[in-house]
Amino acid sequence: MIDLKGLRRRVKAEIEKAVPDARIDYCLTCGLCVSGCPASGIEGLDPRKFLRLLVLGRDEDILETNWIYSCTICQRCRYACPMGIDIGRIVYEIRGMRPREKRPPNLQRSCDLQKQSNSTGIPNDDFVWVVNDVLEEVRENEPAWRDLKAPIDKQGAEYYLNQNAKEPTVEPEEMVPLWKILHVVGIDWTYSSKWWDGANYCLFTGDPEDWAYVVRKQAETIDALGCRYYINTE
Amino acid sequence: MYFAVLEGLRRFKIPHKFEFISIISLYAQWIRDGRLKVSSAWNVQGLKFTVQDPCKLVRQGLGDTVADDLRFVIKQVAGEDNFIEVWPNRSNNYCCGGGGGALQAGFKENRRRHGKAKFDQLAATGADVVITPCHNCHTQVKDICSHYQGNWETTHLWNWIEKALVMEDRSREGKNG
Repeated sequence: MIDLKGLRRRVKAEIEKAVPDARIDYCLTCGLCVSGCPASGIEGLDPRKFLRLLVLGRDEDILETNWIYSCTICQRCRYACPMGIDIGRIVYEIRGMRPREKRPPNLQRSCDLQKQSNSTGIPNDDFVWVVNDVLEEVRENEPAWRDLKAPIDKQGAEYYLNQNAKEPTVEPEEMVPLWKILHVVGIDWTYSSKWWDGANYCLFTGDPEDWAYVVRKQAETIDALGCRYYINTE
Repeated sequence: MYFAVLEGLRRFKIPHKFEFISIISLYAQWIRDGRLKVSSAWNVQGLKFTVQDPCKLVRQGLGDTVADDLRFVIKQVAGEDNFIEVWPNRSNNYCCGGGGGALQAGFKENRRRHGKAKFDQLAATGADVVITPCHNCHTQVKDICSHYQGNWETTHLWNWIEKALVMEDRSREGKNG
């Protein structure tokens, strides 16, 4: 039996405040969300049950379940939902309600590092060094590519290219195919020596100010370089 | 991540002068315009390809248009008959289970359980190569392939474009590359 007096629904109220179009009460409990959600059943939950917990004011369960980290905020459920409910957005808000010290430490750390420059935490100088080192190696060893370029901080280049931090950090040779493609096409492009990472893990910790901070830094950097296009590589 | 920037600029109304685009759209445009010349002649073995539509780029980003561009590029590079469609696909595709911070969050068993749907979906295509144009997808698809004992190769798209490049003779002296 549901104890109606016990319904506090503080979490629901907070979400509705943050996301005026959350439409939580629109749920028909049809289950279309569940049918296409690979996270269904994990931690005993699925998108529909998750929304029920919210509606029924089971705030403690909502704030404690780690299902919010098995839901990848992929929005497949929103795509299927006849009422347009965005459960991914709700999960995002709930992630943000967790105190930082209770969040998955590696995820929070990825965002904290991101706010300094990039998600793996390698120094910007190392990025520049790796790019130049790999470039030099290709130019020396592959005669057909002796004029290959990988410009950094080239003022006024038409295209700005970001670089997922995984490559310079663990698989630098994976940067080369794209350089070759850009070379053949002949576009005028550049990396930046700061805010160069293509990822942004602050999208997943639940703090909008962190997410906005990183995007703002990237935008300022690209505008300062005067690039017309920002190419995202993933 | 495409969505992180796209939605970040939009939601937080961040001023910017540049236009934000995806490399996938550009590959397709450059091939169509003849600026990027590729051929599938290298694929004499008839290696079969399929693709992982990244949620952040497709469903949450540019929609089915970019998913179609992605298929166009793969078919140009690997050969029209060597692409095997995955089901469901495009905006209706399942998440790989590695996104949303799942690879960083550390709930490994849950992450692999999530990835089982993706594994079954990809294994059903029988493809030799799975193209993953997103780093999270790449890491997760590689991991579930090895965990559930699949036998495909998980790669980025650029490796195959490089392989398929039709080069003018750039090695001769005096010729501008």
